[in-house]
Amino acid sequence: MRGRTVIYEEDQRQLQAICEQLGREAVARAVFLLDKNGQILVASGETASIDVTSLASLVAGTSSATSSLARLLGEEEFTMQFHQGLRDSLFISMVSDEHILTVLFDHRSTLGLIRLRAKRASHALVEVLEAVTNRSEDPQEENIFDGLTDEDIESLFGSRL
Amino acid sequence: MFFNHASREIILKIVYYGPGLCGKTTNIKYISEATRPEARGKLITLETTAERTLFFDFLPISLPPIRGYKTRLHLYTVPGQVFYAASRRLIMKGADGVIFVADSQEERFEANLVSMEDMKESLSAYNFKLEEIPFVIQYNKRDLPNVTPVEELRAALNPMGVPDFEAAAAQRPQAPGVEETLKEVVRQIMTRKQR
Repeated sequence: MRGRTVIYEEDQRQLQAICEQLGREAVARAVFLLDKNGQILVASGETASIDVTSLASLVAGTSSATSSLARLLGEEEFTMQFHQGLRDSLFISMVSDEHILTVLFDHRSTLGLIRLRAKRASHALVEVLEAVTNRSEDPQEENIFDGLTDEDIESLFGSRL
Repeated sequence: MFFNHASREIILKIVYYGPGLCGKTTNIKYISEATRPEARGKLITLETTAERTLFFDFLPISLPPIRGYKTRLHLYTVPGQVFYAASRRLIMKGADGVIFVADSQEERFEANLVSMEDMKESLSAYNFKLEEIPFVIQYNKRDLPNVTPVEELRAALNPMGVPDFEAAAAQRPQAPGVEETLKEVVRQIMTRKQR
């Protein structure tokens, strides 16, 4: 439950590049990569007007509910979801056991093209994500919280109001 | 826990658990109201037509940077009604800390016990025990007249002696106990790393 995901700059750079390439090749508006806990790893393309944090939590929630539905029906997984809107559509696919690829597209692209390009991008993403998932103890993150006092933590909340 | 060294960002997931109508959603609604708009994201509530949580509530909060790392809290609530057990399991995945919100009303005493056991089962589904995670208990609705004494609630719900707080999440302008509860679970998460 208290798993740990650690992303380094090189991971980020590679994942970003793969998602940007997918966006170009699929003529997508935006491409998102997130984990099943709703944490966004990559947001590329036309994302300025999108609440990416909310999107990630909702996509993760939808995906986890869909996974449970699949198991209920005797399927191992429903690996893809497609939501069609009047203007934009959303394609969601499981990249690995822990990661979700989400592509936002409009009339300039098609579901078939998105599926095709996403499949190829998924293979590339999996290679990078396996290294992220298998990463063990990270000494850097231990140092971040070292020495924090109760007063330090108290002061974190004072600035919210 | 999510560490992104590239974007220098840390994200902690905190889940509010408890029986139906105990005040989980009320807790995070207050936190949303009490937080400057620049320091919070949109509060998402997935609820039924009767305004009962159907799947989850979600609120992202930004705290000041710690050693150059942007620190964010992702607050989730689970649906409290008994038949949403499967959904509760899903929401608990990846939680860095848990807040159990108990309903102090006398008639909800049993419901608190059932929910606490359900929470332990949700944790065990991920091979975790309650003793192993940052955990805080909140005795909510202390402002109502028909409440069980805290000592009785504590004896039934907190045999481990974790930090617990009395609260009245629905009170305004300030909801006593709500912020203190959240601060404590964050403190446990952060100082736990030092052990």
